[in-house]
Amino acid sequence: MKNRWIALYVENQVGVLAKVSGLFSAKSYNLQTLTVGTTEREDVSRMTISVTADDATFEQIKKQLNAMVEVIKVIDLTSIPIHMKEILFAKVFGLDGEGKTEAFQIAEVFNQGGNVKIVDIGVDSVLFECTLTEHKNNELIALLKSRFKKIEVTRGGAVAVESISSSYR
Amino acid sequence: MALNITGRKLFVKALKEEGVDTIFAYPGGMITDIVDELYKTEEINVILGRHEQALVHEAEGYARATGKTAVVLVTSGPGATNTITGIADAYYDSIPMVIFTGQVPLHLIGNDAFQEVDIVGMTRSITKYGVTVRDREDMGKIIKMGFQIASTGKPGPVLIDIPKDIQTISGSPEYPEHVDIRGYHPNETVHIGQLKKAYRMLKGAKRPLILAGGGVRIAGASGKLLEFAEKMNVPVTTTVMGKGVMPENHPLFVGNCGMHGRFAANKAVTECDVLFSIGTRFNDRITGELDEFAPKAKIVHVDIASASISRNVSVDVPVTADAGIALQRLVEYAERINTEKWLDQIKKWEDEHPLGMPNTKIGVCPQDICEAINNVFPNANIVTDVGQHQMWASQFIKLNSDQKFITSGGLGTMGFGFPAAIGAAIGDRSKPVVLITGDGGFQMNMQEMATAMSAKVPIVICIFNNSNLGMVRQMQQLFYGKRYEITDLTADDGNYYPDFLKWAESYNCKAIRVLDDNDIINALEAARNNTNGPTVIDFMVSPDDLVLPMVKSGTPLSEMILR
Ligand SMILES: Cc1ncc(C[n+]2csc(CCOP(=O)(O)OP(=O)(O)O)c2C)c(N)n1
Repeated sequence: MKNRWIALYVENQVGVLAKVSGLFSAKSYNLQTLTVGTTEREDVSRMTISVTADDATFEQIKKQLNAMVEVIKVIDLTSIPIHMKEILFAKVFGLDGEGKTEAFQIAEVFNQGGNVKIVDIGVDSVLFECTLTEHKNNELIALLKSRFKKIEVTRGGAVAVESISSSYR
Repeated sequence: MALNITGRKLFVKALKEEGVDTIFAYPGGMITDIVDELYKTEEINVILGRHEQALVHEAEGYARATGKTAVVLVTSGPGATNTITGIADAYYDSIPMVIFTGQVPLHLIGNDAFQEVDIVGMTRSITKYGVTVRDREDMGKIIKMGFQIASTGKPGPVLIDIPKDIQTISGSPEYPEHVDIRGYHPNETVHIGQLKKAYRMLKGAKRPLILAGGGVRIAGASGKLLEFAEKMNVPVTTTVMGKGVMPENHPLFVGNCGMHGRFAANKAVTECDVLFSIGTRFNDRITGELDEFAPKAKIVHVDIASASISRNVSVDVPVTADAGIALQRLVEYAERINTEKWLDQIKKWEDEHPLGMPNTKIGVCPQDICEAINNVFPNANIVTDVGQHQMWASQFIKLNSDQKFITSGGLGTMGFGFPAAIGAAIGDRSKPVVLITGDGGFQMNMQEMATAMSAKVPIVICIFNNSNLGMVRQMQQLFYGKRYEITDLTADDGNYYPDFLKWAESYNCKAIRVLDDNDIINALEAARNNTNGPTVIDFMVSPDDLVLPMVKSGTPLSEMILR
């Protein structure tokens, strides 16, 4: 069982998201995240999907997606160079002065070029806004959990795109 | 510019341009406009069923008998939900069909309007494609897409939901000749390298076996299959859905394999060294316990749907192709190989355990009925319902090349048989239609007798009446200590309801009861002579008769229960 990534181009129509996500539940595939947004063409949407699956199941998933009339193209991102980011908001509560300082330190350590910021602050709380890889976000959440008593996490799901070198091959 | 026309006019125009001459319909509030338009149309024969589920099965029978895409028209809400079992059946057995459902007007969608259901959402996982027409200007394109998608590639049902106002709004009169669908590319080629590899594997085999499924039939490739098998001298087994793609008395034909397959066929699958399979999805009824399926074989799998390949059975050489296109090529390569010893071995297995029912003295013997049907109706299309009788039919009915065996293979829907027989008879009046049904399944759609009488279809309705839900009872008999819970259809007062003769009489339908083997032929001949309408033959068979061999669910094919 491995974590795998797929990008899908689909018709931007009513019901397509339900159809794609319905496939995963109907066939008991282990869907991790699914994000969707429009593309430069208004009638085409793009989805980024991550699933946990063994090799055979993953092949099957790709074939099933390909067989859908509404799916225009399936791209397996698992073994090609990609750029991937996930937006993450994390509120940390119950902070005293020291706690706040530590939160700011953590933000500073994780931050590279503005991808981790504290964007809001209350009497005893702060709000992190991060645009990291899913993996890095996991690490940050684990750290926040271990350091602070109460946190609240909102994740956007990952969005991935092939690197320029791989998309023009 | 041509003048605009209403949606309802475009609907009828589309059907005509698709060459649709028959549709199966049931009216209701959200299709009254279309129905009114059909009133004004001479060219389309509208069959009024008596239940929407049955309509879909009728359409399935029609499609199977004619090869054409069948059309169903129902209203919104309950009309639409009643079709669901039929649609699932058609999806599973790859039947080309377009189902039109009425829908509440656009502005009411989502309001819990009277008779509003999200039928597109409900059928998403059992249709090849489903869509609501939200813009009158898209209607022509969508209907065209529907027919294209339903009939090409691996065929299947398409559902088109048409809101009431779309039916009356005026718009473009155009019905396109073709629509480019960017996400839909049915397989029309074959990877030659891969096919050659598959062929070489078969050529090198010592104990080769071809397994042919329904895909060969759908592709119309049975002639090519026969040629290929003969040229190479390789034996062939079929699935239930593939029954009939090989002439049944052919020396290379081993019979059906699977749960109730022939002993020799299941032995051959278990012992072969190359299994060359075409057009089957390796359903669990065919494979038995997967880990022990064809344990000694390298497996080739040719299928039009790449998603069917290496899903259930892991395959050594996958070939994504239409069975017809692949066989066309394979016939060109085919060279005879030495299989005499292997064929002898299969013959020995056949002699060891030929198919045949023991001579019980209670009631009429199902095997004898099937054999009499073979004799009296040598060119009939055979339709079955689901249960023991279906498996007996698959074992004992012998098909010639131009006969069809129409059965619910994938979903196994009781209630399929009778309406499917009506649809088959309406579609192809040149052949008799013989329905083989259980008394349980027949009761699930017996209201269609009115449809059959009205269409004057001379179907021969053979009820294998064991007064029980035989197939389930068989499991209780073999695996549950004969604890016959809810499988006996006899009423608490000791009577069996209905009396099928009196029931048939109330429809003015000819009916005969057969209690003795000696009367089988007479009854069938009387039915053959009754060409004005259906004939019911109520064959009294024993509830204790078993379908054998049987592979218990979850055990390997090699472990057959034989007696
Ligand atoms: C709609 C539906 N309900 C339940 C079943 C389960 N089932 C399969 S065979 C069978 C018994 C069929 O009995 P009958 O129609 O009398 O045929 P027989 O097996 O006796 O030949 C049942 C209940 C089914 N296949 N379809």
